[in-house]
Amino acid sequence: MDRDTIRTMLRDMLRARAFEEAAAQAYAQGEIAGFLHLYPGEEAVAVGVLHAAEPGDYVVSTYREHVHALVRGIPAAAIFAELLGKKTGVSGGMGGSMHLFDRERRFLGGYAIVGETFPIALGAAYAVAYRQLPEAVLCFFGDGAVNQGTFHESLNMAALWRLPILFVCENNRYQIGTEIHRHSAVTEIYKRACGYGIPAEKVDGMDVLAVHEATRRALARVRAGEGPQFLEMETYRFRGHSMADPGSYRPTVEVQAYEANDPIAATLRGVEFHYPSADELGSGHDCIQGFCDHCCQEGHLDEAALARLRQEVADEIAAARDFARQSPAPSMDDAWAALLRNRRYDRLFEEQAP
Amino acid sequence: MTTMRYWQALNRALDAEMAEDDAVLLLGEDVGLYGGTYRVSEGLLAKYGEWRVRDTPISENSFTGLGVGAAMLGLRPVVEIMTINFALLAMDAIVNMAAKIPFMSGGQFPMPLTVRMPGGVARQLGAQHSQRLEAMFLGVPGLRIVVPATPQDAYWQLRQAIRSDDPILVLEHELLYFTEGEVDENLPAPPLHQAICRRAGTDLTCISYSRMVSVAEAAAEQLAKDGIAMEIIDLRSLNPVDWDRCMHSVEKTHRALILAEDPRFGGVSGELTATLQERCFYWLDAPIGRLAGLDIPTPFNGALEAASIPRVADVVTAAKALLSPDKER
Ligand SMILES: Cc1ncc(C[n+]2csc(CCOP(=O)(O)OP(=O)(O)O)c2C)c(N)n1
Ligand SMILES: [Mg+2]
Repeated sequence: MDRDTIRTMLRDMLRARAFEEAAAQAYAQGEIAGFLHLYPGEEAVAVGVLHAAEPGDYVVSTYREHVHALVRGIPAAAIFAELLGKKTGVSGGMGGSMHLFDRERRFLGGYAIVGETFPIALGAAYAVAYRQLPEAVLCFFGDGAVNQGTFHESLNMAALWRLPILFVCENNRYQIGTEIHRHSAVTEIYKRACGYGIPAEKVDGMDVLAVHEATRRALARVRAGEGPQFLEMETYRFRGHSMADPGSYRPTVEVQAYEANDPIAATLRGVEFHYPSADELGSGHDCIQGFCDHCCQEGHLDEAALARLRQEVADEIAAARDFARQSPAPSMDDAWAALLRNRRYDRLFEEQAP
Repeated sequence: MTTMRYWQALNRALDAEMAEDDAVLLLGEDVGLYGGTYRVSEGLLAKYGEWRVRDTPISENSFTGLGVGAAMLGLRPVVEIMTINFALLAMDAIVNMAAKIPFMSGGQFPMPLTVRMPGGVARQLGAQHSQRLEAMFLGVPGLRIVVPATPQDAYWQLRQAIRSDDPILVLEHELLYFTEGEVDENLPAPPLHQAICRRAGTDLTCISYSRMVSVAEAAAEQLAKDGIAMEIIDLRSLNPVDWDRCMHSVEKTHRALILAEDPRFGGVSGELTATLQERCFYWLDAPIGRLAGLDIPTPFNGALEAASIPRVADVVTAAKALLSPDKER
C-alpha cells in the first residue's frame, strides 16, 4: 500500500478519535442530549473498510455511526450540527446522533433498532442488482445484532439471490452489558455466515491495514459477481455502550489490554516502521501519546509533520463544533416539511366545487 | 409507607412476587448482570440465579415467544422489552400468540404472561426511540394494558399483573422511572384496572394516564389560580377502561378534556372521546376536548420535540377554551 493512503487513513483515524472526544465533551457540557454512542477503539474498522470501498458504494450503519459518516466524507460540521439538533445538520436536526443520513454520499442512514441494517442493505443490494450496476452495499452491525431474526433472514436471501453486499460485523464483544459468551452460542460470528454459504473471514479489527486488505479482497469478489461476503472484525470499544453507560461491567484488565492495542497507535507504527516494545504494549497507558513520544525520541517520527497533522485535525473538529453551535435551530415548519416533502406532487383529494 | 422511586417500586414488586412464587421468572436484555436498563431488576440475579433472571440475546420476537410457551406450561414469565419501540419486533408473539392462545384453545390454556416496557417521549432519543405505541395494542382483544403513573401504582399493578392469568402489558414511561412517591406495600391495593381521581374539581374533568397525569396536575395548579377547578382522572388502565369512574366525574363537571401523549390521529384519545361522548352526551355542556401528540415522528431537536406533545400551557389553554363559551354567556 502506498504511503499516501496510509497517511490518509491515519488522518481519518485521528479525525475519528478527535470528533468523538469532542462529542463526548459536548455531551458532558450539556450541549448534546439523548443517546450518544461513541466509537473510540473501533476506528480501524470504519477507516479500513471505507477506504477500501468506492465512492459509489452504499453504506448502511447503526446508531454508532458518526465515524462511518465522517470517513465517508460527510463534513464534520454537518455531523456535529446534527448531534446538536441544528438545521444545518446532515439530517436537518430531525434525526440526531443515531440517524445520520446523506443521500448524496450514498449514506443510507444510521438505524437505532438493532438488526435493521440487514434488510435495508438487502433492499439496496437488490436494487443495485436489479439495475445491474457495479456498486456494492456495505452493511455494518454489531455482535449483538446477529441474534436478531433479520440477520438470518437477510443472509439467506442475500446468498440465495447473490446480492452485492459486504456484511461487516463490528464485534466488540458486548451487547451493552452482556458479554458475547453470554449472548451467543457460537461466538465466532463469521462461522454463522458459513451456514448460508457466504464466504466469511475473521479479521483483526484493531489493525487498519489488515481491515483494508480483507475488505479490498472481499469487495473484489462482490464485484466479480460472487455474491455476498462477510467479514468479522474483532474490535473493542474503549468507552461504555453510550454516554449514559459507565461500562463498569467490564474488567479493568480487559479494557487496559485493548487500550494497549490502540488501533491508532498501530497505524502510526505502520507509518513509522517502528514497533513498540513489549514493555510499552503491556504498560496500558495511553499508547497513542506514549508511542508518539517514543518515536520522536528515537528519531523515527517527523515530529513537525505529526504535530501539524494533529493540529489540523484539532482545528477542523473545533471549527465543526463552533459551526454547530452557531447554527440556527430548525422550526416546526421545517419538521412538517420533512414529513410532507414527498407529497409535493401528489393530488390528495378531489377539488371541491365552491 | 416508604418513599421510593418508580423503578424501585417495580423492583420491590418483582422481588416480592419472585419470593412468593417460584413460577415467576424474568427475561430480557440486560435484566440480569446489568440489573436492567432502568435498574428495575437490580439485585435479582444474585438473589434468584440465572434460571429465574435470564439475560437474553437481542431476539425480541423469540424471547417474548419463549415467555408465551413457558406460560402455557404454567410458569409466570415477566418479559422486559427494553423499550416499547422494540416491541414492534415482538408483535407476533404478543398479538398472534399471547393474545390468541387462551381464546383459540377454547380456554384450555391460561396465559400468565406479563410484558413490561417503557415508552413515551423522553429527552431527545430520536424518532425511533420516542414512540407511544399503546394504541397499537388497544385494538387487540385478549390483551390487557395497564399504565401506572406513580410508584404506588407501579408496585401494585405489576404485582397484580404477575398474578393474573391473562396476558398483561405493563406500559411504563421513560421519564417516570426516577420520579418519587410514597409506596404502601401492605395496603389492600385497588383493583388492577380501576381509575383514580387524582384531584377533585367541579368545572371540568381531565382524563389522562401515565406521565401526562403529572402534566395535568401542573396545569390544574395554574388553573386554580384563575379560579378554575379541574378534576383529574388517572385511568391507570387502557384495557379495560374504567368508564364508570369517568362518567361519574363528567356527570358532575359537564365538561371533559382528554389528554394523551400519543399522536392524535388513531390514538388513544380518539377511542376515549368516542366512547365517552356516546355515554355522556346529554350531560355535556361542550364538545369533549382532546389534546394529544402531533401527528409527526418525534423531531430530534429538543425544542421541537417538546412542542410535539402536550405541555402544561397547552392543557391550561385547552381547559380555558372548553369553559369559555360558558363564561361569555
Ligand atoms: C431491537 C432492539 N433491541 C434492543 C435495543 C437496545 N440496544 C441498543 S444497542 C444494543 C446492543 C447492541 O450491541 P451490538 O449489536 O453488539 O452493537 P454495539 O453497540 O456493541 O456496537 C441494544 C440491546 C435496540 N436498539 N433495538
Ligand atoms: Mg457489540
